[in-house]
Amino acid sequence: MDGKVISISGATVRVDLPDLKIGDRVFVGQDRLTGEVVRLEGETATVQVFEENRGLGIGEPVQSAHSPLTVQLGPGLLGGIFDGLQRPLRRLKEIGGDFIASGLAPSALDFEQPWIFRPSSQTGAKLLRGATLGCVREGHLEHLLPLTEEGTLATLTEGEIRLDQPIASLEEGPSVLPWHSWPVRRARPFKRKLSPETPLITGQRCLDFLFPLLKGGVAVVPGGFGTGKTVLEQTIAKFADVDVVVYVGCGERGNEMAGLLDEFAELEDPLTKRPLMERTIIVANTSNMPVAARESSIFTAVTMAEYYRDMGLDVLFLADSLSRWAEALREISAALEEMPGEDGYPTYLGSRLSGFIERAGVVETLGGAVGSLSMILAVSPPGGDFAEPVTQACLRVAGAFYMLDTRLAHRRHFPAINWKQSYSLYGGVAKDHFVGKHPHWTELQARCTDILQREDALREVAEVVGMEGLQDRDRLLMRTAEQIRLDFLCQNSFTDDAYATPDMTIVHIARLIAEHDQILSALDQGKILDELLKEIKDAAL
Amino acid sequence: MRLSEHSYRTVSAVRGPLLFLNRVFQARLGELVNITAPDGRALTGEVLKLSADQVLVQVFGGTHGLDTKTTTVRFSDAVMRAPLGPGCLGRVFDGSFRPRDELPMFVPEKSMPVTGAPINPVARAHPEEFIETGFSAIDGLSTLIKGQKLPIFSCAGLPAREMTDQLLRQSRLPDGGPFVLVFVALGLTHFEYQFYRQTLAHMQSRFVAFINLADDPVVERLLAPRLALTVAEELAFQQEMDVLVIMTDMTNYCDALREISTAREELPGRRGYPGHMYSDLASLYERAGRIHNRKGSITLLPTVTMPEDDITHPISDLTGYITEGQIVLSRELHQKGIYPPVDVLPSLSRLMQYGIGKEQTRQDHRELANRLYRNYAKGCDLRRLEAVVGRDGMLAEDRHLLDFADAFESDFVHQGETRRSMTETLDTAVLLLEKFCEVAK
Repeated sequence: MDGKVISISGATVRVDLPDLKIGDRVFVGQDRLTGEVVRLEGETATVQVFEENRGLGIGEPVQSAHSPLTVQLGPGLLGGIFDGLQRPLRRLKEIGGDFIASGLAPSALDFEQPWIFRPSSQTGAKLLRGATLGCVREGHLEHLLPLTEEGTLATLTEGEIRLDQPIASLEEGPSVLPWHSWPVRRARPFKRKLSPETPLITGQRCLDFLFPLLKGGVAVVPGGFGTGKTVLEQTIAKFADVDVVVYVGCGERGNEMAGLLDEFAELEDPLTKRPLMERTIIVANTSNMPVAARESSIFTAVTMAEYYRDMGLDVLFLADSLSRWAEALREISAALEEMPGEDGYPTYLGSRLSGFIERAGVVETLGGAVGSLSMILAVSPPGGDFAEPVTQACLRVAGAFYMLDTRLAHRRHFPAINWKQSYSLYGGVAKDHFVGKHPHWTELQARCTDILQREDALREVAEVVGMEGLQDRDRLLMRTAEQIRLDFLCQNSFTDDAYATPDMTIVHIARLIAEHDQILSALDQGKILDELLKEIKDAAL
Repeated sequence: MRLSEHSYRTVSAVRGPLLFLNRVFQARLGELVNITAPDGRALTGEVLKLSADQVLVQVFGGTHGLDTKTTTVRFSDAVMRAPLGPGCLGRVFDGSFRPRDELPMFVPEKSMPVTGAPINPVARAHPEEFIETGFSAIDGLSTLIKGQKLPIFSCAGLPAREMTDQLLRQSRLPDGGPFVLVFVALGLTHFEYQFYRQTLAHMQSRFVAFINLADDPVVERLLAPRLALTVAEELAFQQEMDVLVIMTDMTNYCDALREISTAREELPGRRGYPGHMYSDLASLYERAGRIHNRKGSITLLPTVTMPEDDITHPISDLTGYITEGQIVLSRELHQKGIYPPVDVLPSLSRLMQYGIGKEQTRQDHRELANRLYRNYAKGCDLRRLEAVVGRDGMLAEDRHLLDFADAFESDFVHQGETRRSMTETLDTAVLLLEKFCEVAK
């Protein structure tokens, strides 16, 4: 049954169409633009349109899809690049040209591509929802195909399949396809949540050593513009020791997405030595693409991430930037004329955000495996002011806080992570893991933090009396602190130094601190700092 | 689709630049309307909002003289389009694409919607060729790359106008070839207009200018950049030219946005600017770029005058979040007589690393830039110390750094009216560093 458009205000459209549910997907106008029902009042509904709707007129037809906004889940998502509605951008370019046109809806999965299916279950088996039927090879990993409802297996195929052909059938009747769709706003089910235990190695010395993240944990990375959020996120996307990376460019720059695509196509995964793109899914909704699709993009992406988590894999979800998502939410809320909260954001910003962030974690999947979904979320606070609502809402649910500092960035200290104000609540758990291999981990960490802290106090003194007025011991401390800052905490993302294993990290810091202790004991024997430093310099030459 | 144009005399209200019409049959969002005022004056407008019984129209050109009885509004059944054709080169237009140079309107060959469509991220080619601006502080340390959007953050009273003027005249492609310049001036005073007019007069036909004067309708300030970018897209992606778009001053644009937004009774955000300002600015800035398998490019250089010299003001803040870096001008350097007064420390070109080095500029470019930056940053830090303990209380090494910082400002950043080529810029850097190292020894 068709309805009609009755009013239009920007991307917010009112339609008269009965029998809609909140969250239903609708097709608006002659061009069949995708929209989502956000409010119902009697026979009329308010629809948020996800595509550019200039030219839409009153009275144009509206149709319901009779289902919520969903994504397609199945083999072939890895290596893909999608927009906020999971439209594959490469395919969109083939059919629609270099500029994004409205009303095109190519399918996210490729139904032509053949896959080799290896069953792992048998006919006659009574299976529960989420049980594994078998797998296909997707890039570097075994892609497990789940059963989406429970029943007894009547038939099960083997060998070459295509996504539009059933791979099995149930005695209860329905045939089973190798893909299914899932509503983006509903978290995928699992048996139970486990607590995170294993560190997620980012390859960034500063993070892994001082503020470690766990697999299944959540970190927020707030930073003003130019502090290197994007570079940090992209570097972590390259080197993190996970199976699958889902990267969302949410309301950010088009050129950056182009750079990421070029780079990921060329680089190889340091762990598997296969093309990096093979383990990556990119969702790109740049700042000039429609705002409502930007709001849905993080849900589209996290649903795909959960799908791979359900195969018992470690998945890392990176979003750049959550502030743009929150702004999209604010724009939609304003268009609906809702009562605004702080800074104009809707009052449900916090609950919506925590609902989303809580989709991270380590879970025992329905199939019985253990999978994890970790998140690193960039935030772009206006004016670099961390008191703003989005940063604060994130802080309430995130376990790690990596504060990017404008002053460090101006000194070209990258990654510009402020070591005084950043923190990780996962430190204790991560420490237990690291200490097993590196007994001095905790001690070195404490020494490093201590030296950096004392440097601050000394610098204040030095600003009054000058460096020459300091004692040798203090000057030595200043020197070591400088080395830790410039040599250890700084890491150039564009050279080989971009990635450091925990082994390399611990050797590195141990060397700096050992040298410090060595000179210190020489000073205690009455030697003079300048001479000692000169000796070291000469020895190095 | 309607078959004929519709005319209405059902204006129910006029509020600021907005017109409310009743009983309109099948209008479209974004539809262009032609308005005839009671005195016969012709205006255009655009449909912003539609409901069953009312249509909201934003009027380009002032609403003075409009009434609710005799004003006629004609719906064109088309969205706002920019006329395009080779005839627009070398011409000066106003914010509604009317000639401002006392010549007749050119004959358009086609037209395109002014809002444009976003470039598909997979179709974008990554920027990788530098542009020579002739300013050492920019070329050497924050190199501009073809397809980049790099704003100039200025303060009231700083010579941003002179810099813009020089950029118009001096910018060159890596092979030395000139650009096609699209110059957009928003809220320009007549005094400034006279200044730019002389520059444009010398540029023959390699430019298109859109001039919205300070006393022109505010709504046209929102339209002019979109017209200009539509022209730029045509020149770059259809005619395969390299286009440099210079927009001055985006602060006036944002103020116009705030004014219209308030008239529409939208919820104000920070400092009264609308919540959708980020998306709105992005819809302009993101039109810069390059596309795979197409020759042309759009590079964007907007100027932003930071209110109260505040870089965290919403205008500069949101601009910085969208653009790929920023060139920051400093009042302190200006007072020292340094021109251009570029403060290199907060300035940054995010795409610089893709456009410099052996193949593009020179092998030692990255290294030189890093050394200049590092030493100058140290020198600037030491100036604070100098203020406390005095020069005599400092280490010899630190005194050299102070000298270096002074020399960097006066010899490298400062260049007055002269244009430096990329080689000259890099040679100046080498000379400066050599001198510094010798003294340090």
